[in-house]
Amino acid sequence: MTGPLDLFAAAEAERQTRPPGEPDAPRTTYSVSNLNRLVRELLDQSLPPMWVSGEVSNWKRAGSGHCYFSLKDADAQVRCVLFASDARRLPTDPEEGMAVRVFGTVTLYEQRGDFQIVVREVEATDAGGLWRLAFEQLRAKLDGEGLLAAERKRPVPRYPRRVGVVTSPVGAAVHDVIRVVEARAPWCTVVLSPARVQGDGAEHEIAAALERLAEHGGVDVIIVGRGGGSVEDLWAFNREEVARAIAASPVPVVSAVGHETDVTIADLVADLRAATPSAAAEQAVPDGAALRRQLRMAAQRIGGAASRIVADQHRRVDTLAAGLESGMQAIMERRARRLTRSMDKLEALSPLAALKRGYAVAQDADGRLLRRTADFDDVDTFRLRVVDGRVDCSVEGTERHE
Amino acid sequence: MSEAKGRDDVGLEERLARLEAIVERLEQDELELQEALELFEEGIGHVRAAHGLLDETRLRVEKLVVEMDGAVSVEPHSPE
Repeated sequence: MTGPLDLFAAAEAERQTRPPGEPDAPRTTYSVSNLNRLVRELLDQSLPPMWVSGEVSNWKRAGSGHCYFSLKDADAQVRCVLFASDARRLPTDPEEGMAVRVFGTVTLYEQRGDFQIVVREVEATDAGGLWRLAFEQLRAKLDGEGLLAAERKRPVPRYPRRVGVVTSPVGAAVHDVIRVVEARAPWCTVVLSPARVQGDGAEHEIAAALERLAEHGGVDVIIVGRGGGSVEDLWAFNREEVARAIAASPVPVVSAVGHETDVTIADLVADLRAATPSAAAEQAVPDGAALRRQLRMAAQRIGGAASRIVADQHRRVDTLAAGLESGMQAIMERRARRLTRSMDKLEALSPLAALKRGYAVAQDADGRLLRRTADFDDVDTFRLRVVDGRVDCSVEGTERHE
Repeated sequence: MSEAKGRDDVGLEERLARLEAIVERLEQDELELQEALELFEEGIGHVRAAHGLLDETRLRVEKLVVEMDGAVSVEPHSPE
């Protein structure tokens, strides 16, 4: 069977062999199918893949995942198709009227006779383009659900024992995290939950790795991220699936998508955002050296406070003992003084004192005191006591003074 | 997964929090000698235990592995 091009070539050759002006005598007749195939092959072979710019119109994403739309400018439009395998790479569907550039092959859809571009890539022409649009759409959606609210942010534990990491097992990020944790807090355990972080389906892997880590890793905090890359490389971290997995994590999540300037959706949902995996590790674990200093200081303060309290008690005992001693002394002295006083009094009252001063006491033979004249009535002799002895006396007479 | 959580009963966080409370109480309150000595002993115990923990110098790295049957296991991972 001859191909359509051969048919076409044959017809052309025949036409050229005839003298000019003469009508094409044996008219070649094509079927519609043949014609369309002919035209498609002409288009396919004569036009290389190219970039075409225009505005998007009537974008439709079919259930199959294929996307159909028109590209137009002020004066013309062309049908476009983007097959599902390529459409999957789009961050989001472009909006109506959005200025884009498409890269693809101009061809003919034979069944319909529609002239169209089979698009391989779509790029928005303004800065950020579709990526920015997709980002804003998802941010608005998650914000509407309250998933970005500041009140949702959980504090990252100060002293985690097990630190989870979701990232590529072969990238620089995991090495950076391990290096920092080893330097700062080597008593910790790092638990890696590997995931591809870029390319088709990376978002599924990241989300699944997050869930696995939370369920089986026994971790206190999770670092999720990668070390840098283009906006396309980082795209998985702008995916809804990853955002929801972070939001659903039972332990706090630190995002570490190494990109200083562009914030990702993962950063917005995470409990804490770090610029790089190293920075994330620094925020997730304490610095061992600082901790040691802190412990030394605490030990010093405890020791100081305790010895101060002991010293205080010692002083108290000493004071009391001194008080006791001086108290006893005072009591003894008081007693001694009282004794002296009593003795003085006693002496003052003693008859000896009176005798000393020259007084004498008269007593009868039985020792009874003879105080008044009447006491002498029946007495002939009596004794007189003087200070140094006795004088025997006899009564010559009495005279009473009134 | 029995050893997934920390190896000692009291976490570093709790130890340090208790230590702070002990220091504060010892420094500010008028304490009975008996209580002060008990706090002192407890505090020094926490300092020792925390130091012991910090003296571990070999970082452990583990990796979650999904088996063929979908089960997840934890393996030691040696970063090269």
